[in-house]
Amino acid sequence: MTKQDILIVLPEIVIALMACFILVLDLYLPATKKQKFGYGLSMLTLAVGAALSLIYSETAPVYGLNGLVLMDSLSAILKAGICILTACVLVYGRSYANIRGLWKGEFFALTLFGVVGMMVMTASNHLLSLYVGLELLALCLYAMVALRIDSTAASEAAMKYFVLGALASGILLYGISLLYGLTGTLYISELSASMVRYDGSTLPRTMALILVLVGLLFKMGAVPFHMWVPDVYEGAPTSTTIYLATAPKLAGFAIILRLLADGLESLATEWQGMLVVVSMVSLALGNIIAIAQRNIKRMLAYSAIAHVGFFLLGILTGEASGYASAMAYILIYAVVTLGAFGVILALSGEGVEADLIEDYSGLNQSHPWVAFIMLLLMFSLAGIPPTIGFYAKLSVLQAVVKADMTWVAVAAVVLSVVGAFYYLRIVKVMYFDDPITGHSGLQFSPKADARLLLTINGLAVVGLMPWIGGLTTLCEGAIGVLF
Amino acid sequence: MTPNILSILIWLPILGGVLILSTGGDRNAQLAKKLALGFSAGTFLLSLSIYTDFDITTASMQFVERYKWIEALHIQYFLGVDGISMPLIILTTLLTIIVVIAGWEVITHRVAQYMASFLIMEGLMIGVFSSMDAILFYLFWESMLIPMFLIIGIWGGSNRVYAAIKFFLYTLVGSLLMLVAIIYLYFTSGHTFNIASFHATPLTYGTQVLIFLAFFAAFAVKVPMFPVHTWLPDAHVEAPTGGSVILAAITLKMGAYGFLRFSIPITPDASSELAIWVIGLSLIAVVYIALVALVQRDMKKLIAYSSISHMGFVTLGFFIFDSQGMEGAIVQMISHGFVSGALFLCVGVLYDRMHSREIDSYGGVANTMPVFAVFFVFFAMANAGLPGTSGFVGEFLVILGSFRVNGWYAVVAGLTLVLGAAYTLWMIKRVVYGEVTNEKVKALVDVNGREKVVLGVLVVCVLGLGIYPMPLLEVMHSTVENLLQHAANSKL
Repeated sequence: MTKQDILIVLPEIVIALMACFILVLDLYLPATKKQKFGYGLSMLTLAVGAALSLIYSETAPVYGLNGLVLMDSLSAILKAGICILTACVLVYGRSYANIRGLWKGEFFALTLFGVVGMMVMTASNHLLSLYVGLELLALCLYAMVALRIDSTAASEAAMKYFVLGALASGILLYGISLLYGLTGTLYISELSASMVRYDGSTLPRTMALILVLVGLLFKMGAVPFHMWVPDVYEGAPTSTTIYLATAPKLAGFAIILRLLADGLESLATEWQGMLVVVSMVSLALGNIIAIAQRNIKRMLAYSAIAHVGFFLLGILTGEASGYASAMAYILIYAVVTLGAFGVILALSGEGVEADLIEDYSGLNQSHPWVAFIMLLLMFSLAGIPPTIGFYAKLSVLQAVVKADMTWVAVAAVVLSVVGAFYYLRIVKVMYFDDPITGHSGLQFSPKADARLLLTINGLAVVGLMPWIGGLTTLCEGAIGVLF
Repeated sequence: MTPNILSILIWLPILGGVLILSTGGDRNAQLAKKLALGFSAGTFLLSLSIYTDFDITTASMQFVERYKWIEALHIQYFLGVDGISMPLIILTTLLTIIVVIAGWEVITHRVAQYMASFLIMEGLMIGVFSSMDAILFYLFWESMLIPMFLIIGIWGGSNRVYAAIKFFLYTLVGSLLMLVAIIYLYFTSGHTFNIASFHATPLTYGTQVLIFLAFFAAFAVKVPMFPVHTWLPDAHVEAPTGGSVILAAITLKMGAYGFLRFSIPITPDASSELAIWVIGLSLIAVVYIALVALVQRDMKKLIAYSSISHMGFVTLGFFIFDSQGMEGAIVQMISHGFVSGALFLCVGVLYDRMHSREIDSYGGVANTMPVFAVFFVFFAMANAGLPGTSGFVGEFLVILGSFRVNGWYAVVAGLTLVLGAAYTLWMIKRVVYGEVTNEKVKALVDVNGREKVVLGVLVVCVLGLGIYPMPLLEVMHSTVENLLQHAANSKL
């Protein structure tokens, strides 16, 4: 093992060690200090992880650990993004989890191990390391969903997530083994060349592609593999939902990019066709069913399905500019969703879950500032300018039109009008309706740091617009060296 | 000449809006109102300089500001005005002051948010009229939906939620199709969102038709044209007075402006080929919607339908491709801004006192509110196109222009002079004249100083434009000529 090898996985090593340390420390610290130390150390670890990912980054891919992992600017950006998002998740989730007794050593350790899993996913150059990263993340998430032992909804969601997730992992693994059988390699960087050379029957090749795709789409929650998403989003404690709704999307983007766009590049015409169908169905189903939801977490789950559909549009162009636009889309989506769940967490006090849409009635009268932040976030999810959500849509649409799929773009925008309706409904409830009399009312009781973060998060949705071009430059730079 | 005047006009009111929002709750309502008045008056005074410094001899863009913005997608911060957009900007700044004053005593809850919404909207609308980059245009165009949505939804009438959502979704459908067309043009015109480059890009006929339809979806909804007009009566009826004024006077003009800035110059062949359909829809609006207006029982609804009918005149004027017709249509846009705004203010005056918009609940208002009756009758006459008022100039020029193209157009369009007079004067007769039958009407108090100022300013505008329209006509003349010349050249 050379120094280079260590540098490539240094962030992962640091975070994994720290996660173990926090878990052990938790046993020996007095009860009063457990939370403070756990929180502080986790934040520190994530900050160090983000810094290390950025400091030791290379522009062009550098392989390490016998080619199992690689390091390029894509992985550096995504790793840093994952660390920062997770840190924000901890800030937002703190008082919520604290009140519900979830704020303890296991929570920090699981979160950090999940981060390691995501980092491995973003940096893997080998199908097995990719699979290991995916499973590490998934196992952490199963446990985090079930963390609230007194809630049957959470247990049910965790069970559902676990069973379906295990099935999907099996399918993915089956696809990977077929790929190995066909090409004789598990290295993603060699896969594409081997696939080009492959001249055998197309049936096993297509079979392998389908199985891999199903596995990936399940993890991203695209239709028709979305069944777990609404139940898990709703059933999980909100401090877990915010985690699983944000950072894993970045890692999911990375494995889709590396596996489909890079490894299976020669099958592009085949997976493009499949993705067109999947993304259209996701957009339609996600947006339409979201309208019928009364629970805001469930609504955001269907919204996530629809957004994955839109994000896949960028991938299915099969061009570098499309991948870059998908990356910009997913980064923006993660930031906005983070804020939306942040608002839900901030309003969920003791004994109040703030998860029904009607709970938000008249929020503008009782808490005008939070209502305004939520308004910005909702318009951003709907893709209305001047929010960054609009820019995300614009960049994907322009990539789709560039790839000569103007009709796909037209269908996508029509379906996103349907989507605008349910985001507008949240605004309507907050601004147009009067507070429900006799309702216990939402409490806004987050700590100062969460309050500040919420303000920054909300205003960033509009305030970043003047500099938003930098994001595209960043994404194009990261993708450009790969294709 | 003030440097960066257009940027100042856009961002000053938006900044003012943000500042007003920060005054907080209704405890500081007075401060919020004063700030709103200060900012809107300041913007108006500054906007006059784009009139005084305007060069009427050229059709090219003036007061141009051009900076790189999003380089990855070649999006620029590119502003400029010509003879068509300049009058619309001044209309916007003037009406915003009027709306601020009109809401002075009427709006009692969430005053800061109300005033801020209008100021932010003012900046966004000026942005729409001065953007020369298509994405920048789209950004302003659609951002404007947010404050308008809130204005209708928060301060509107009983059915406001339905109206607000309908307004938002209708406009959004059209806008998003336009967005796809803009992105398509980005690639065909060589990776630029510069509207002038769009104008110069050659396009095949089939493509032109599709692009024309995409833009048409956006602009026809906004104008609104028959049969996608149904959001307007709902939005108007439910919106508070100020919202109705801005909606009728300015946002509708954004749709018409879009035809001139995008549809006609970008797709000239499709426009002239499909003009017959647009003219057909315009004439349906002029006649059929006027008939619909005739049977309304709600005053606001009546004026809303009258707006659709008048906007039919505007689109008719555009698509006959005649310089007189087009100039008439633009005069009609400005004039309709004053007249419809004034009529909504008049209804607002009555509504504030009686809390009813039903024509039946009035009658004999002239007995108790003589001064108001003068204003109301005057604006009704202007709406009916009485010579000497601005309403006459526009309608006359459009009819004249359509006569030159096809006599039948003129005949059908001319019906509006009869129908417009019929529905407006009949409403006046039932509301203003006659015996006082309702006890509440007896107790009405005449217009106060604030209302007199607001309506008086509009009287001056309507009369000024009606008697001496030259300042407006000469400003737009070379731009219109240039546009028609451009539209006459095939792009195939």
